[in-house]
Amino acid sequence: MSRQPYVRPMPKASWYLGNARYRRYMLREVTCLLVGVYCALLIWALAALSSGSPERWGAFLAAQQNTAMVVFHALALVYYLVYMTFDWFKLAPKAMPVQFGEQKLPGSVIVIGHYVAWIAVTLFVLWLAGVLQT
Amino acid sequence: MSIARKSVVWGLFAAGGTLSAFLFPAVIALFLLVALGRVPPGLEFANLQAFAGHWVGKSALFLVIFLSLWHAAHRLRVVFHDFGVRRDKAVANAVYLVAAIGTVMTAFYLYRI
Amino acid sequence: MTLKTRQLELEVLRYDPEKDSEPHFQAYSVSCPEDWAILDALNYVKENLDTTLSYRWSCHMMVCGSCGMMVNGEPSLTCKTFIRDLPDKVRIEPLQNFPIERDLVVVLDDVMDKLQRAQPWIIRQDDPPPPDVEYNQPRAALYKFKQYTMCINCMCCYAACPQYGLDPSFIGPAALAMAHRYNLDSRDQGKSQRLDILADHDGVWDCSFVGACSEVCPKSVDPAAAIQQMKVDGAIEWWKQKLPGGKS
Repeated sequence: MSRQPYVRPMPKASWYLGNARYRRYMLREVTCLLVGVYCALLIWALAALSSGSPERWGAFLAAQQNTAMVVFHALALVYYLVYMTFDWFKLAPKAMPVQFGEQKLPGSVIVIGHYVAWIAVTLFVLWLAGVLQT
Repeated sequence: MSIARKSVVWGLFAAGGTLSAFLFPAVIALFLLVALGRVPPGLEFANLQAFAGHWVGKSALFLVIFLSLWHAAHRLRVVFHDFGVRRDKAVANAVYLVAAIGTVMTAFYLYRI
Repeated sequence: MTLKTRQLELEVLRYDPEKDSEPHFQAYSVSCPEDWAILDALNYVKENLDTTLSYRWSCHMMVCGSCGMMVNGEPSLTCKTFIRDLPDKVRIEPLQNFPIERDLVVVLDDVMDKLQRAQPWIIRQDDPPPPDVEYNQPRAALYKFKQYTMCINCMCCYAACPQYGLDPSFIGPAALAMAHRYNLDSRDQGKSQRLDILADHDGVWDCSFVGACSEVCPKSVDPAAAIQQMKVDGAIEWWKQKLPGGKS
């Protein structure tokens, strides 16, 4: 009897297409592009701010104000929440389990803790930016 | 050596991921408000200068941008691998270099404020 | 009372290394009582329709871990995958990411090696232990790692892991979960020994947290959690060593 194992290699660039779990993972991973884009926007804002001239800051703000940007930010916000923020919270209890004595804290408690903290952080940032001041 | 390097790369990635998961929805919302022409008072020139001029504001902005950039760079490196690009060394050098340039720019601009 | 039966179309991947150049599907029609598992249907085929079909199984009760296969594309223990939860057409393939030995039997040499590399046993620095010594362990310490002891080496997690499929040098979910299980054991002193192997380029850092391993695990071992915890450990360890007053 001769052995001749048959190898089924995974397609290098398209392996995620046929599997819902893998597709969702890829949708999560590409959120790094959005993080990159918003870091770039923040650096652009700092550049305008550091010039020391209110006119340049005004020009930066004016450059942000168009319909294309509205659409982009709105879509980015939804996509980012679903595939970055909420996914990150969902996976957090796996990386940081909490055990009191013999009891493990249920993962759902840790996830809910993340949501509560996130709401607080978001309100704080919006308050800092003056959105919540009337 | 490789053990240490990989764990510190991943540590920064995880820290940046946590920060950007928590903070970026608010950041995107602020950009959306600006795009809609409703610039909140905190984003007016004098207020923002005061915030970024204080050492607390400076350090917060620096940490958030540095770690988020690092997070994005590291995840992008994995994305390249997942899309079938197998030149990991070149990809790693490129993405970390871009993150480093962004970090230096951030530090420079913050220093000037 | 007789159980309802359903006619199931089984599409089974066949491969005979002595005759076939590549695998092909063969269909069997089996009348299955509703309480059957897929393994029962395979046993029916083997006993009544086609004695040449090869597959592994032993206990039929989720303990031995030998009947792992792809059922409609999902890595599954066929003894706990029931007909009642499946459509009328069921596709059965050998575990993904492993070479096919014959029909539904895969070659496991690689993962057997990897389990060894994880050193899944208690390592003591005072080895051999003095006679008449017991290593006591409080219950709270046991619960730290108990879930990772449930692994039955069915290798469904390796079949689910795309990073193992793309690069088989990755040590993979079950081996890492085993290593983590012993690292967490209060009686073990071998963590630094395992760190060398596991933090290397084909160790934990090749995991990109797809999480599929944990979703398919029939014993809820959650290897993805073990791997992320090892990464966190590694990162904290680095800072501990570098910060002033650190260990080295």
